[in-house]
Amino acid sequence: MKNFEYAYAKTEAEAIQLLSVANKSTAVLAGGTDLVALMQSMVVAPDRVVNVGDIETMQHIKRDENNNLWIGAAVHLDELLTSPVVDPFPSIKQVIQGISSVQMQSQGTVAGELLRRPCCWYFRGGNGLLANEGRMVIEGDNRYHAILGNRGPAKFVSASRLAPAMISLGAKVRIIGPKPEQEQIVDIENLFCTPEKTDETEIALAAGQLVTHIILPPDQGRLSAAYEVRHGEGPDQPLMAAAVRFEVLSGLVTESKIVLGQVAPTPWIAREAAMALLGRPINEETAAMAGMKAVSGAIALSGNEYKIELAKVAVKRAILRAAGLETGCFESSTCETAAVNFA
Amino acid sequence: MAEVKYIWPDNHKSAYIGKRVVRPDTLEKSTGIAKYSYDVNFPNQVVVRALGCPHAHCKVISVDTSAAEKVPGVVLVHLIKDKAPAPGGDPIEIQAEGTLLVAVAAESEAAAAEGVSKLKVQYELMDVFVDDQNLAAAEAAKRTKAAGGGIELDDALGEPGANEEEKAWEEKTIQKLFQDSKYVVEGRYGVDVITHCCLEPHGATVYWEGGKLRAYLSTQNVSTTDDGYATALGITADDVQVTCNYIGGGFGSKFQPGYWGIAAAEISRKLGRPVKFLLSRDQELKIGGNRPSGYIDVKIGADENGVVQVWDSHHWGTSGFNGSTIGVTNFPYVFHPKNVRRRATGIITNNEPSVAWRAPNHPQACAITQTAYDDLAAKMGVDSFDIFMRNLENIDIPEKASLYAEEMRIAAELIGWSNHWHPHGKGNKRGSVVEGLGIGIHKWGGAAGESNCKLRVYPDGGVESFCGTQDIGTGTRTVCAMVLAETFGLTLDAVKINIGSSTYPFSGASGGSTTVGAVTESHRRAAQEALAKIFDLVATKLGAPADKLEASKGEIRVTGYSDKKLTWKEACSLIGIRPLEVNAEFKRGNSPLSSVNVGGVQMAHVAVDLETGVVKMKKLVAVQDMGLIVNRQSAESQIYGAMIMSIAAALFEQRINDPKTGAFVNCEMGTYRLPRLGDIGELVVHLHEPENERDRGVIGLGEPPAISGITAIANAVCNATGVRVPSQPMTPQRVLNALRSAKG
Repeated sequence: MKNFEYAYAKTEAEAIQLLSVANKSTAVLAGGTDLVALMQSMVVAPDRVVNVGDIETMQHIKRDENNNLWIGAAVHLDELLTSPVVDPFPSIKQVIQGISSVQMQSQGTVAGELLRRPCCWYFRGGNGLLANEGRMVIEGDNRYHAILGNRGPAKFVSASRLAPAMISLGAKVRIIGPKPEQEQIVDIENLFCTPEKTDETEIALAAGQLVTHIILPPDQGRLSAAYEVRHGEGPDQPLMAAAVRFEVLSGLVTESKIVLGQVAPTPWIAREAAMALLGRPINEETAAMAGMKAVSGAIALSGNEYKIELAKVAVKRAILRAAGLETGCFESSTCETAAVNFA
Repeated sequence: MAEVKYIWPDNHKSAYIGKRVVRPDTLEKSTGIAKYSYDVNFPNQVVVRALGCPHAHCKVISVDTSAAEKVPGVVLVHLIKDKAPAPGGDPIEIQAEGTLLVAVAAESEAAAAEGVSKLKVQYELMDVFVDDQNLAAAEAAKRTKAAGGGIELDDALGEPGANEEEKAWEEKTIQKLFQDSKYVVEGRYGVDVITHCCLEPHGATVYWEGGKLRAYLSTQNVSTTDDGYATALGITADDVQVTCNYIGGGFGSKFQPGYWGIAAAEISRKLGRPVKFLLSRDQELKIGGNRPSGYIDVKIGADENGVVQVWDSHHWGTSGFNGSTIGVTNFPYVFHPKNVRRRATGIITNNEPSVAWRAPNHPQACAITQTAYDDLAAKMGVDSFDIFMRNLENIDIPEKASLYAEEMRIAAELIGWSNHWHPHGKGNKRGSVVEGLGIGIHKWGGAAGESNCKLRVYPDGGVESFCGTQDIGTGTRTVCAMVLAETFGLTLDAVKINIGSSTYPFSGASGGSTTVGAVTESHRRAAQEALAKIFDLVATKLGAPADKLEASKGEIRVTGYSDKKLTWKEACSLIGIRPLEVNAEFKRGNSPLSSVNVGGVQMAHVAVDLETGVVKMKKLVAVQDMGLIVNRQSAESQIYGAMIMSIAAALFEQRINDPKTGAFVNCEMGTYRLPRLGDIGELVVHLHEPENERDRGVIGLGEPPAISGITAIANAVCNATGVRVPSQPMTPQRVLNALRSAKG
């Protein structure tokens, strides 16, 4: 970690002012669960760190007149987990439960989780996000790397565990800055992008911009769920993730959205898989078929072919879970220890 | 005074020995009051961060320190001896990524880190090899070293004929044994390199005072680390004082000061200021210590009962750039058929050399031996329990056979073997989940190490001991206190234990499961000697023979006479003005208080998701003998910890090297996967202490329970799926790959 200036913002306006400073790199600090480690390894070395964790307007979950849920960017994950107003969105709670580390849940914030930097070990090892135009990944150990969206130089996978669920639920984000009066509300998937050049990042925010809120539209009775394949219980990155939302009328799917995580440099919207469900009932067969469709364009790297299998399973199980059907995995078997963990 | 006969009290008379005692320092440890070496800070200290070599194999040509020296707060840039060349010096070959080259001392950690980032080093890259699993690739890269071998054949097989070449005869004989075998199993098994991953990284805070070095070192070796400092620093051991009151994990990797420790002392000497130098997390994983890998191609032949008659193996693995591997004599493990041929090949990889890791070589040897025995059971379609039981007729310590058999029966009962076992791959499937059981058995020496104890009993009744041992988190303080309290008939809080300083009488390093044996030897001996002297004084006072006295509940009384007694304080007042001081010395060897050789059995119950390859622990049972149990609570805790480490190695932990650059890519806690609480399942510990084992005295327990759990879990996964996952850890990827290979 190099020496840096520490600034403490009390309002959104103050944060924007502190983040826009000439000739200095800045970083936003909230929970710090990701930033501090990146700074310690000097993968990120800002001249100034701006703490936005205590900005009052960013700390609440509120409903607006259109029944949208406004979640402050600095709301901690455990607050989201225990908030009854989030109950209609089980996929969000399932993901946070899956993080299953009290420290991470109570210290990490919603926007911090959405904007987590990739866990790619070549990036974290100081080789840049693209790691020599992707060559280090191709020639190296890529067991956790991308199977979709990986034809360009970016081979890492998006780190956020909440993003697939948020995208599947049609969430938007409010972004302010870099100028004081600037404000925009965009679809949450537009926060993420795939870098093509070494000076680009995976987050579509300009310098000096700040995410202040995540806006969830009302669920309107749709079904949703998330499923992560995790090597073990805890805050470690899952091996695979899928989040789904769909509407079922008279036993048939009328609307569907499927988003995968841990597969591509961005959260991956599986449109073909979602389309394939339309007009069909949800059962083991259609869920498995959607899983197959979700990876139809997947290309394995030298050491991650197994992830294609995991992606199929994650999509299938997320769909079955959303529909309240048996997924066939630990939590639905009589495996007591697993049942406790998933409770 | 009559000669003191060293003995342990009978079980039914013990106040503390064998009982469940909570460590007196529990509160300090759990509240942060206890000061670990990492917590030690001194006024005016500088903090050191070091540059680790970014290349796995290179020559360091030159180092430009000028920009680093200009960073505000940087006090000194120090080239580490034999790692970075002085200006104009010859290039130095570096053979492992992370090797520390240059240390930067600064007023703050941030300034030191920024200084490190400004160092400019010129490297010349060299060829890299890290694929220790791939024997053929290692041979092609000329990265192998013959590491021994040999053959043992049953005498009944005769000898080579007069004109017969010995090797040809051996080959012919081995092949004949396989031809005569009813069942033959061939397999490839392995265990990857793991690291020690100490939560408190290696390092120290040091300062000099009057030409003497004071080192607050995170060490398992308080008494003799001073030698390591002294030799390197050109001083004598009496000029070094090492202190370690608490240590956050060592597992065999913290016996030396380390070259970073020497660098800290050198920097402190140059600056005349205290220096704090502990490794960063990535450095801890890269250079703090690792356990060698082991892979094996093995063929075993068994008779119609499944008793293995011939073992033929070639194993390989790496201990880093020195290229050795697990010694051949470790194979086969516990089991020892009459006919054994084995060969070993070391692989030279660009990694830091391995160091001792809890039960060196045993976990790997166990896992790559007893998986083959389990595969024999699978091939025969016979219960694995029966195959293990039948093969107890050929083990390397034959007199242990009945003990193992008893322990297997207890473990089977505790895990519900007869209810849950099914032929391999033939269990019920619920959704995509199958379950299975597995077994592993292990051995360990655990003889008490050398230990000296200075014991003082004060005329006012105070008792304290001084011993240059260390508490590596296992409750050494507690067992020392228990022994003194037991011997004197006092409560734990009436005795003071002073350990953790090299100024105290020598006691051995905490390695090899030697410590509890060592310190209970020295403390019991010292206490019995002191008590005998006090008994002599009391005997005169009470007019009773000394051999009729007993110390219990704060009193010394004549056995059988409730009114003939003195309180402990009254008794101690007879000592005189100065304290009674006893120095006890224990050297390794036969003793009535301690012994050697333990065994143990572990059984695992797992569930496997066939669609994801994820393995979940349901239950792990450990049955362990250890002679006489000193503290039942800490003995159990030791075993719990060891079982968790076994789960880690079986399912999670592995060092992952980039195949091209050799970089240790998962050198952070976020990617160096370890089990979390939810991954442990139910742990059941059974301390096996029949009277005949208790009579043997204390035997070390630290390492043995960390051995066979991996094997038990590996065999349970095979029992569940019907497919052998060849290498540990059994990651979801490996499980899926094995399932796919089995399908063809």
